[in-house]
Amino acid sequence: MSESVTTEEPPVGTEERLSHYRSMVLSREFETAAERQYKAAKIGGYCHLSSGQEATSVGTVAGLDQDDYLVTGYRCHGFALARGVSAKAAMAELFGREDGCAHGRGGSMHLLDVEKKFYGGWGIVAGQLPIATGIALGIVRQGRSQAVLCELGEGAVNMGAWHESLNLAALWDLPVVFLVVNNSYGMGTSVDRASAEPEIFRRAAAHRMHGERVDGNDLDEVIEASRRLLDRARLDRRPAVIEAVTYRYRGHSVADAGLAYRSKEEIADWSEGRDPIARQRLRLQESGVTVEDLEAIEDEARSEVEAAVEHAAASAEPSVDQLAHGMYAPGSAAQFERMRPGSPFGEEALTFDAGLGA
Amino acid sequence: MTAQAQAEPGEAAVSGPGTMTFREAIRLALREEMARDEQVFVMGEEVGLFDGSYKVTSGLMDEFGPDRVRDTPISEEAFVGAGIGAAMIGERPVVEIMTLNFLLVAMDQVVNHAAKVGAMFGGEVRVPMVIRTPNGAGNQLTAQHSQSFDGWFAGTPGLKVLAPANPADARSLLKAAIRDDDPVLFIENLPIYKEKGEVDPGDDSIGEIGLAAIAREGSDLSIVSHSFATVRSLQAAEILEREHGYSVEVVDLRSLRPLDVATVADSVVKTNRALCVEEGWPSFGVTSEIAARIQKACFDDLDAPVERVGMAEVPLPYAKPLELAAMPGTDRIVAAAIATLEGAR
Ligand SMILES: Cc1ncc(C[n+]2csc(CCOP(=O)(O)OP(=O)(O)O)c2C)c(N)n1
Repeated sequence: MSESVTTEEPPVGTEERLSHYRSMVLSREFETAAERQYKAAKIGGYCHLSSGQEATSVGTVAGLDQDDYLVTGYRCHGFALARGVSAKAAMAELFGREDGCAHGRGGSMHLLDVEKKFYGGWGIVAGQLPIATGIALGIVRQGRSQAVLCELGEGAVNMGAWHESLNLAALWDLPVVFLVVNNSYGMGTSVDRASAEPEIFRRAAAHRMHGERVDGNDLDEVIEASRRLLDRARLDRRPAVIEAVTYRYRGHSVADAGLAYRSKEEIADWSEGRDPIARQRLRLQESGVTVEDLEAIEDEARSEVEAAVEHAAASAEPSVDQLAHGMYAPGSAAQFERMRPGSPFGEEALTFDAGLGA
Repeated sequence: MTAQAQAEPGEAAVSGPGTMTFREAIRLALREEMARDEQVFVMGEEVGLFDGSYKVTSGLMDEFGPDRVRDTPISEEAFVGAGIGAAMIGERPVVEIMTLNFLLVAMDQVVNHAAKVGAMFGGEVRVPMVIRTPNGAGNQLTAQHSQSFDGWFAGTPGLKVLAPANPADARSLLKAAIRDDDPVLFIENLPIYKEKGEVDPGDDSIGEIGLAAIAREGSDLSIVSHSFATVRSLQAAEILEREHGYSVEVVDLRSLRPLDVATVADSVVKTNRALCVEEGWPSFGVTSEIAARIQKACFDDLDAPVERVGMAEVPLPYAKPLELAAMPGTDRIVAAAIATLEGAR
């Protein structure tokens, strides 16, 4: 499967490896809790879980420097957490609360954290690609040494925005790495039913861009490749495609049982045979980490998620008089003053006073 | 189609003889038209193997095969455009777009291409194509997934835009759309899929494009609406009669382009007051157009300014209380109706 070279040595030190392990467990626990809270009607809308994809999210984010940027699609919980968004802020967002990272305005699909340089959480398939490309353009214009990691699903590569973005990135030597999370299905459509070239990484060649495929369930392999490609982007301004082959255990979103288009055996083959967390756990044990230490990490992650749920439940709901919060830049309210008389639908207070860039 | 219809729980439980859901009515029309005409085929994301994202096309792939019920990649621009091309040489594609939000990706093909073919090529070639897609909000799907751009398309010469509000109209108008020789945008709606109504399977008459309906008769006020806004308006009319003693007429537009201005004007001339309701943002929207038509056609008959209700003009927020406040719910329709009736403003 892999086109890259796996190194003999563990690529990172033990401290770091434990922290990555913790991050993977946190992500899994977060998704499990999110599903439970969704079913308890504390979370609404679409909620796309990434259980099974932890090595891909944690491993690629590990390749980012603190100063680099991250942009993702809607399946973003694991990426947000790996990037350091607190479980509290993420869970509060899923609950639609004021303490959420988007103040309850975005929900599950639209997490973000500007301080962590995580620029969303986007819901239109492939819509985030041109945006990530533009962030890379901004980096070049500002003469900085930074890179952008842009996550997308393998279903997104059949959109025009994919082809157009790759071409721009290659043509203008932009520091962006497109991460294709190939979890085998876009909703109920398997890769081979959607892509004439199902080996997605090969499509980079059409733009004379480097592309490679990694085992997205092998944390070390993902880290090695993403580090190498993000370094190249940052230092040499060379864009790339990295395709991580992985699997989503749950349905497309919580509303989809995920069984109509794939077999239970197939799911078990991945979740029991190739689980990225179990695999990494075994590796850590082999390298001398004790079971007690691992369990301590797991307990800690679990408690962090429990605390996040409690925090979210206790957080205030946004106030209805702030309906338009954030819509326009501060100072814009005055520009709308003259639109109010004889308002468009009789409720000008609701429409124009509600937190409109006051 | 009363307030009750919406409150009813599972749709499977209640479908008695002659009663079916909006979703079932659409499916019936698709089946009937596919059986009638080999040239009719369906394509879109998840329409086949997955049985449709909202289960509208459920079972059709089994019945008609994967050639006529074609799963597409996520490539809206390409498969909408492919529908246009196929239609230009005599196919009758019915393209499903998962929701209206995603049609924006294919906007260029719809507005710059499909809508232009007839006139730009001097009437030499036609595009007998249907694009079906639901709009609507209310499930906390947030800013990018809760939009109703009906007015944008209805404002585009060269397109026809239909947006029925009950199962019988859904069936007969979809059949009309499929048989029509022009590109038709057929707007459905997420919450309306569960709405039930009488449909006589034996009556396979096709609907008339460009004809509004009086969904409820009344004498004090005309509410003009389409699609799910009509469902809401009928509920509001019920409340206005029961709790406030007003007799409210509801005009269901059904067709936005062509627009049946005559039926709207006749109603307003009778009631002397008009409230326009839509699911989308009202500014520059469907209700803007209706209000302009009413003031022109009924200037001497109006006893109050024409009022409007629609989505609050914000990208829809996720948090439930905010979303609820933004929606054009019956409470807001009732309040605007009373303001129009009692001249509160
Ligand atoms: C332009 C557009 N079309 C359709 C959708 C509906 N949709 C949301 S996710 C999805 C499947 C995407 O699959 P993939 O890219 O493989 O990502 P995954 O969900 O597997 O992470 C679809 C069709 C959308 N959001 N945007």
